[in-house]
Amino acid sequence: MAATATTVVAPTAIDRKALIQRYATYVILLGVVIWLGANLITSPSQFFSASAEGFNLGMLYALIALGYTLVYGIIELINFAHGDLFMLGALCSGFLLTTVMGQDQSNLMGWVLFLVTLVGTMVFCGGVNVSIEFLAYRRLRRAPKLAPLITAVGMSFILQFIGLKWNGSTPKQWPSVFPEGSFGIGDFRVSYSLLVVVAVTVPVLLLLRWVVTSTRQGKAMRAVAQDQDAARLMGVNVNRTISFTFLIGGALAGTAGVMYQQVVGTTAYNLGFQMGLIAFTSAVLGGIGNITGAVLGGVLIGLIQGINDGAPLGFGQKWSQTVVFTILILLMVFKPEGLLGRPTTEKV
Amino acid sequence: MGYETKTGAARRRPALPVAHHLRWPLGFTAAAATVFLAYYYLVPGLGPDGQQFFQTWLPLTSVNEALVWVICALGLNIVVGYAGLLDLGFVAFWALGGYTAGWLMSGFFHQVNIHVFGGGLPTLPGIHFNFWFVLLIGAAFCALWGVIIGAPTLRLKSDYLALVTLGFGEIIPQVFVNGEDIGGFNLSNGTKGITPVDPISFGPVELGPFDLVWKYLIFVGIAALVMFISLRLREGRLGRAWLAIREDELAAGMMGVPLMRTKLSAYAVGAVAGGLAGVAFATHVGGVLPDRFNFSISITLLAMVVLGGMGNVWGVTLGALVLAWINSTGLPQFGNTFNESFGTDINFPSYNYLLFGGILVLMMIFRREGILPEARTKLVLREPSRTEREALGADMEESAPELDEALEAEDAEREAVAAPGTEDTEDGLGEKAGSTV
Repeated sequence: MAATATTVVAPTAIDRKALIQRYATYVILLGVVIWLGANLITSPSQFFSASAEGFNLGMLYALIALGYTLVYGIIELINFAHGDLFMLGALCSGFLLTTVMGQDQSNLMGWVLFLVTLVGTMVFCGGVNVSIEFLAYRRLRRAPKLAPLITAVGMSFILQFIGLKWNGSTPKQWPSVFPEGSFGIGDFRVSYSLLVVVAVTVPVLLLLRWVVTSTRQGKAMRAVAQDQDAARLMGVNVNRTISFTFLIGGALAGTAGVMYQQVVGTTAYNLGFQMGLIAFTSAVLGGIGNITGAVLGGVLIGLIQGINDGAPLGFGQKWSQTVVFTILILLMVFKPEGLLGRPTTEKV
Repeated sequence: MGYETKTGAARRRPALPVAHHLRWPLGFTAAAATVFLAYYYLVPGLGPDGQQFFQTWLPLTSVNEALVWVICALGLNIVVGYAGLLDLGFVAFWALGGYTAGWLMSGFFHQVNIHVFGGGLPTLPGIHFNFWFVLLIGAAFCALWGVIIGAPTLRLKSDYLALVTLGFGEIIPQVFVNGEDIGGFNLSNGTKGITPVDPISFGPVELGPFDLVWKYLIFVGIAALVMFISLRLREGRLGRAWLAIREDELAAGMMGVPLMRTKLSAYAVGAVAGGLAGVAFATHVGGVLPDRFNFSISITLLAMVVLGGMGNVWGVTLGALVLAWINSTGLPQFGNTFNESFGTDINFPSYNYLLFGGILVLMMIFRREGILPEARTKLVLREPSRTEREALGADMEESAPELDEALEAEDAEREAVAAPGTEDTEDGLGEKAGSTV
């Protein structure tokens, strides 16, 4: 009796749950759209400049979020140290460009040295990330989930310590090699630095896409992400593939660090924690493990934050973290698979 | 199983003429009383040198603060150690407990004038409840918030769950930092915080700022209460349900453990301890300041639980005492002594990042079960869960590294052979891999 009753009731209960979830997601999205529209109508020029700021930020979030999403996709670990790796990237960029090479203004030499710094920082961050994986995460790959997660938190603290010793306990100002000023399209001001960020970020993202979809190593990455043992049986070197993934993730964090240091011009040792969390939120928003999703989520979160900070109907900068985390929590409750992700069931 | 080993141990050591269930309360009381007597009689009787030593290396304020950490860490132990729910935002409960004390034990709400056996003159404006009432109210308030924070995480897996709790751990302190004007209402006085908070009072007797010994007794009492709750609950139906969920949620659910209710109660009970710690800390410092409530507090608490031994009350207590002492007194004093004797100028307190990060990483790699492990936890942490092990192909684990090496050598050989030729080996391999998909 009881068994038949449950079989009758269960499907409708699941349907109702899915329905509630879907409508809740729509309601939240609708709310965000209405909020954006209201901002646009109240003050278009402020709205556009705030969105340009937000887009700039969103590009950086996308770069950092990719590191989270790649690592999560392959070993199902939230690499809490990734945000701090980005912070080290920003410090390394300032150190190389200003302290070592002494460049402090925008000219041709500045661009050349900027590219050198970019490559140097990518190598540095990639190396740090690979060594973290080699020293800590690799030993814990077969351990219960809690162990690598706590290790990642500990690693984040160690990187913050390195940042503290490198940068000092107070924020540091750096000169920028990007051109100052902005140009206008009607009321809409676009700063030159935004153009540079787009010009660097978009090729990097395309390159990443090419690596993951069209190269042998990328195929190996996808195989390991699907099933480590099957990949190993097919002759994929799992350890090397995971190291390679950490290398790419680190290099992307380094790119974001260089951009941040050049655009914002201020570095602090505890910068990575918040940026990392927001970037992780972006990765979850887009659907974790999904590369396009991470970029989409990063840009969306950047826009929301930019508009919240700068637009007339926003809550202001002091609430931006609360807004982002509220989005994260709502998302976790109603749509944990993200915008582009597919729902997964537990393997038994 | 746990019961059997205990009786077995008791049989081997019949020398102690104390009933088993009285053993830890007596031991704890003896330890607490020793410390109390030492500070009450012994230290004031020592010469100036001895007093100086205790003043620098083991001041009573840092003992009291360490006890607050113990209370909070025991709360986190229920959530992480017993139920296996990684909570990275436990500072939220500390903050909520602290602000409960701030609201109910100070002149902050000066519009009203409520006195319930409270300290201070009856004419003082504000809400002045007695410390013991506030302790109860703070615990209940935090239990409620534990359920509110726990509710969205119920369906989430370990890492997402950590993230949501972390989100709450960031949101709640930020609300307090920005809380001077929420819709025109001053909730928390912003960054200035709420000071002063009333002292602890028993009827007409009030504990002044220098009655640290009596405050110590009160804090030890609260810690003992939390320990009692932890130990008793663990043996009971609820505690066994928590452990079952920690070890295998799916199997526990199939065996009829109500997952939602059990998890929520873990959050609620853990939050109660967090709230007690918050209220105690507010009276310890004599105020509530929001900038203290940051992520590093949550991590320090986690480090205490991990260092001592997840799930073991005594391990967590030890871990909390040691780390809190290092943080508040040990590291700065060691730094001073070191700098004086070697003429260096090293900022030792800044090394606590390295220390706590290093503790987490090294403990996880080399001794996952902590300093004082518990047999059952040890087993859980040594082996991956059944589902994960099967999914990973446990039987293949051993041969895998050698296989990798062999494959690498083979690859190198093949490349060496193919090097003079064209690049068609690359393409050929790619096709082969493609055809298997």
